[in-house]
Amino acid sequence: MTSYALFLGCTIPARQPHYELSARKAMAKLGVELVDLEGVTCCAPPPVQSIDLETSLIVAAYNICLAEEADLNIVTLCTGCFESLAVANNILKENVMLRTRVNGVLSCLGKEFKGKKEVRHYLQVLLNDVGLNYLRRSVVKPLKSLRVAAFSGCHLLRPSKLLRFDDPERPRIFDTLIEALGAESVWYRNKLKCCGGLLRGYADDVALAIARDKIVNAAHAGADCIATLCPFCFLTLDLGQVLIKSTYKEEYDMPIIHYTELLSLSLGIDPKELALEFHKVKIDKVLDKIGLNLP
Amino acid sequence: MAAQERTSSDFTVEIKQTLGGESITRCYQCGTCASSCPVAKMTDRYNPREVIRLALLGQRENVLGSDTIWLCASCYQCQERCPQEVEIADVIYALRNIAIREGKVPKIYAEFAATLTRDGRLVSMSKFLEKKRIEYGLPPLKPTGVEAIRKILSATGFDKLPISGMKGEST
Ligand code: SF4
Ligand code: SF4
Repeated sequence: MTSYALFLGCTIPARQPHYELSARKAMAKLGVELVDLEGVTCCAPPPVQSIDLETSLIVAAYNICLAEEADLNIVTLCTGCFESLAVANNILKENVMLRTRVNGVLSCLGKEFKGKKEVRHYLQVLLNDVGLNYLRRSVVKPLKSLRVAAFSGCHLLRPSKLLRFDDPERPRIFDTLIEALGAESVWYRNKLKCCGGLLRGYADDVALAIARDKIVNAAHAGADCIATLCPFCFLTLDLGQVLIKSTYKEEYDMPIIHYTELLSLSLGIDPKELALEFHKVKIDKVLDKIGLNLP
Repeated sequence: MAAQERTSSDFTVEIKQTLGGESITRCYQCGTCASSCPVAKMTDRYNPREVIRLALLGQRENVLGSDTIWLCASCYQCQERCPQEVEIADVIYALRNIAIREGKVPKIYAEFAATLTRDGRLVSMSKFLEKKRIEYGLPPLKPTGVEAIRKILSATGFDKLPISGMKGEST
């Protein structure tokens, strides 16, 4: 059985049980074991990088050390965690000077970054470990006629030099995995552009304007929902619609759904088990369209 | 501003020596970054090419004291496209890191630093959801490495940065 150390990060367990539940249930169904490690911390994403970039590298390296000790590769759900950990992993594997500096600090904790493990995103596990064929065969409830606006979030793709996930200007992996569930991945304007989420709390007006643009573009393309991977994008676009309603007096009613939720539904997992009440914008329209109804 | 008499090369050297800032001098001001930037598209308060220009001109106080450097959304779109391979988003991190060392800390970042030091996480767990986990059949959360992260923050000097509210909460 394939096993990975599951790196949940901060936001998912603290705010989005629907993400964690769907991610765990789907992987269990697909035969991948997810192991929870003790002692993990924040991955040190952009807010921490903005305060001190070197500290953030060391915090990321510390977390990778825990996986090295457990002899497991890491899988992340959050694309922010993916970026922090994969960037640190790849920089530190290559840059000996920086690695020496980082290990100098880690030695106070009795840790050493060895660079022997990989950091993967959930989608990579689906694509490479589960495999497209097996995934397609496992779908019992194809998401026929569902038009999905794929929004991977910036940090699944960029900086591509260090993340090496997909072509940063013409990515296909996320779309392919949406289509493997029987849905259609629709093109929409500015698909690869940021949701503005990281400006929340500093420049809320700008952040909301950017998020609104995203939703407008998906709506114009006739999407039934926007599929996300990052809990921060989810929050920005889902809760964001409540704020758009009060600020712009506009209502889009655009469901925001984590890819893992679509995956779980297509694998036949009961929607009642997925804590779908954590969606601010209700997703009943989507459930209706794929022939699943909440009681 | 008078207290900070620096020449442009002083500031450029300082940025280049800060992690993330190494590539700044490669910029030839083509503007590809600004035309790719989702923030610049929405507001004229921000333009990455302009930030880099001011930094290269040695406008230290202007750059570090303004709200501009905090308006980058770290989306890396510009960095993908810069023909000179300027690592723009990382240069912005370097500028923010320098600003923070001088105590120029936006409130939200002070909150991030305090939460990280206190909890070892950026988003605190809610008691409500910890209980809910059992109901949902989620495994209990493994303990966070708070002690480990505090050791790191102390070894790197992060916990001594001039950020209000960070100390005292780290007990
Ligand atoms: S794209 Fe690169 S070279 Fe052009 S202005 Fe921006 S940073 Fe400078
Ligand atoms: S990384 Fe910052 S400067 Fe570059 S495009 Fe994104 S928001 Fe604009």
